[in-house]
Amino acid sequence: MTANDSSLSEERIAYLEGLVRQARTAAAVFTQYTQEDVDRIVKQMVLAGLEQAQHLARLAIDETRLGVLEDKALKNMVATEFVYDYVKDKRTVGTIREYPERGVAEVAEPIGVIFSLTPITNPTSTVLFKCIMAIKTRNAVIFSPHPSAGHCCYEAVRIMYEAAVKHGAPEGVFTCLQSQTLQDNAFLMHHKDVGLIDATGGPGMVKAAYGSGKPALGVGPGNTPVYLEKTADLNMAVVDIITSKTFDNGTICASEQTVVIDDEIYDIVLRKFAELGTHVCNEKETEILGRTVIDPTTGFMLPMAVGQKAIDIARMVGLSVAPETKLLIAPIAGVGREYPLSVEKLFPVLAVCRANSVDEALKLCVDVNHAGGLGHTAVIFSRNDEVIQKFGEVINAGRIIVNAPGSIGALGGIYNDMVPTFSFGCGTGGGNSTMDNVNVYNYLNIKRVARRTPAHMWFRVPNQIYFGMNAVENLRHFPSRSTVIITNPAMEQIGHVDVVRRNIPPETHVHVSVIPDAEPEVKVVMQGVEALNFYKADQIIALGGGSVIDAAKIMKLKYESPQADLEELAAPFLDLRKRVIQYPTEKVNRARLIAISTTSGTGSEVTPFAVLTDKAAGRKVTLADYSLSPDVAIVDPQFVMSMPKGLTADTGIDCLTHALEAGVSILSSPYTDANALQALQLAFKYLPIAYENPGDEEARTMMHNAACIAAMAFSNAAVGVNHALAHAFGARFGVAHGRANALMLPHVIAYNAAVPSKFMPSPNQKGYVAHKKYAMMADLLGLGGETVEEKVQNLVAAIEQLLDQLAFPRSIADLGISKEEFELAIPDLVRIAFEDPSWRSNPRMPLLTELAELFWSAYRGRSLAKLPSKRQQKAVDERLCV
Amino acid sequence: MTTMMNVCLEIDEKHVVVALQESCDKLDAAVGDVMLDFSAVPRIDPSGLKAMEALAGAADDKGIKVVLRGVNVDIYKVLKLAKLSSRFAFAN
Repeated sequence: MTANDSSLSEERIAYLEGLVRQARTAAAVFTQYTQEDVDRIVKQMVLAGLEQAQHLARLAIDETRLGVLEDKALKNMVATEFVYDYVKDKRTVGTIREYPERGVAEVAEPIGVIFSLTPITNPTSTVLFKCIMAIKTRNAVIFSPHPSAGHCCYEAVRIMYEAAVKHGAPEGVFTCLQSQTLQDNAFLMHHKDVGLIDATGGPGMVKAAYGSGKPALGVGPGNTPVYLEKTADLNMAVVDIITSKTFDNGTICASEQTVVIDDEIYDIVLRKFAELGTHVCNEKETEILGRTVIDPTTGFMLPMAVGQKAIDIARMVGLSVAPETKLLIAPIAGVGREYPLSVEKLFPVLAVCRANSVDEALKLCVDVNHAGGLGHTAVIFSRNDEVIQKFGEVINAGRIIVNAPGSIGALGGIYNDMVPTFSFGCGTGGGNSTMDNVNVYNYLNIKRVARRTPAHMWFRVPNQIYFGMNAVENLRHFPSRSTVIITNPAMEQIGHVDVVRRNIPPETHVHVSVIPDAEPEVKVVMQGVEALNFYKADQIIALGGGSVIDAAKIMKLKYESPQADLEELAAPFLDLRKRVIQYPTEKVNRARLIAISTTSGTGSEVTPFAVLTDKAAGRKVTLADYSLSPDVAIVDPQFVMSMPKGLTADTGIDCLTHALEAGVSILSSPYTDANALQALQLAFKYLPIAYENPGDEEARTMMHNAACIAAMAFSNAAVGVNHALAHAFGARFGVAHGRANALMLPHVIAYNAAVPSKFMPSPNQKGYVAHKKYAMMADLLGLGGETVEEKVQNLVAAIEQLLDQLAFPRSIADLGISKEEFELAIPDLVRIAFEDPSWRSNPRMPLLTELAELFWSAYRGRSLAKLPSKRQQKAVDERLCV
Repeated sequence: MTTMMNVCLEIDEKHVVVALQESCDKLDAAVGDVMLDFSAVPRIDPSGLKAMEALAGAADDKGIKVVLRGVNVDIYKVLKLAKLSSRFAFAN
């Protein structure tokens, strides 16, 4: 069936099209209304509904012959007064909720035209409820009532419509089909201008609504299990169940269907039921009821009994009961097709079932729940919180009513604080799109206006950093009972260990653990941890380059948290604050880690990183967490005075790369910029001097400081694609880290300074600024240049000149790697570089093809940067004193 | 290209329907485009919308373009939802 269905006459189609057009116009006009406008109209509609509650109840009873007049009137009042109480202060127009701390606002957008089907069981109350919801949310509704409740529903719509329009609602906001057919419904369900189908009723109607392909609120049948547990207040429970199951002769689909009663109280409960005007059927009567009110073919209830009084049902099926009987109780032995009365019965017939344990009772309730009641409603009477909790866990129902009547409890607002409704969403279990008590928010499209919220930044470094010649003397200020010095053989040989020892307070027991001068292996780390445990160390001094300090960081981690799984801690992450794996916070020994660096490059003495080699697996494991940062850093140049030239150059360029990459990182901040720029200035000035004159104390001191300061920058702003490339290339061809960085550096700067082919998402950056920051660096270095482009070129030229001065190979080809060999390696290099986390803070997101291009540029050397003009070259020369 | 604009009416907030009906009547005499100034209209009701639909129909029949000037965004959205916006031209 479609909106162009040929089974409808042209006249009928024109009529239906007219209804939709009228509703569409009303809905369009309604978008201009304010919250105050709709609130004023809703209040007047509610008053009109309350005024007519009994009149509409009478009409419903007369037309449908279902239910109880008094209860129908009560339902009409709940549908108006209680719903109004819930919606009156709710914002449904414009901005309805704001979360300033998240920068998010929710803004209401009406749906437009709603096609609404209403049931026979609660005809007028459902119409009243939906009219109020529609006006509150500025929607227009075309009603299609159940054919056997058409007149009363039409009257309810009329009363609501007149009250609404009288107080300012747009004309045409409600219409009600009369004498409609299934074809009419199908036409409207498929109409392109209908925004939502709200189908309250039987499964066929709900299925048709969902089958239309339109957004639909389809609610439907239930089969409410009740667990009457032995700790319950039995008097209250029995009265509540009778109240609920007889309410409007059981027509509310949330009403009780099968009560599962604990064995201990079963007989007492039945006696109480009997005392309060119910008829407890014997086996024969139950059998008669089962085959007369339930269709033996389909297993569903027969319409003749729906909404009828117990006494009338008894008469219909030939049972002899007392005239005051209000409810028929039918004991059954189980749930399923062989027990016909275990299904939904929208009339005052209630099945009861005995359970020998809580477990059995819960299983029986689950059975009832799955016998046509998934997602709808369930009830428990108990004082045992554990049982209540378990019931809530195992039963699939949108409304789990505790110690209250099911039907009236599920309506909300009377026995509990649930949202008042006349439409019970049953979730996916019931084939519905919602499990809510359908309410005004189901009649709105809620838009989220999300403001940009820059992530909070940080600047974290060790809280004690001692620097300058003889800064090692500060070790005297750190009391320790047992100190273990982690170092490598060279440090012992050249006497650095003795220098450290001399500065440790004399009362301290000092032990030295010498590890190989290479990236630490798991085995080495675990041996170190054994030593720490053996000596019960309360202080660890790492004396060496990056490898030794990294080893000490991991030793401390395992010493303090023996259960730490290094493999797991190395899990990849994108954002430090949102990482899946958290580092352990408990510390068994509370030992202090003091890092004394003997090279001027990695800055490991202040960084939260450590690299471990897993030889067995043939790979490196990078650990990153601020808990790894040393507690104290000592930056004493006496330990680097004897660094050889090659190491001075390699580590110095590593430091320079840290500064440059942290400077343009998407995580850079004024705090990291301050460090990056200072380090850049120091390295540019003092690296050539330290390289040419290794004994120059000032140059050594400043380069040692530069390395530490650059590390403070990249500890917080991270590095970039240069490091990703260098890691991949260095590991593949066995090239030292600093040297590998140097080969990539000019090309990466030129790459980052160009307009990116792909921008990196960076909430903390306003626009693309990498090229400007490079220009700022050039200005700081006094390299000259008029435009940003010139300044970047001057920076590249200056770096190339520095690399020449430090006698670095200027291309990968210069290392003797053949083009063929390199070409073969490229796919792996690109893959590994892309897997490296370093580039994730790069200002420009590298594409795989771009990584390959960068590798090739580095292979050829010097080709990316434009040659500087003579004027620019002169400025560079002057700056570098060449 | 010059566009002749021989009818230009200001629409009064309180008499939208009447003004639109008058505009409709003037279409017979129109040679070029018709411009209606909505600057003073903050909101439109269903009868106004119906009158606009009628005007659009009449203008279509006569091959005349109706230009709406100064329509606020709320009314513009109403015209969009009522599927009438494509039948008018808009000017600020």
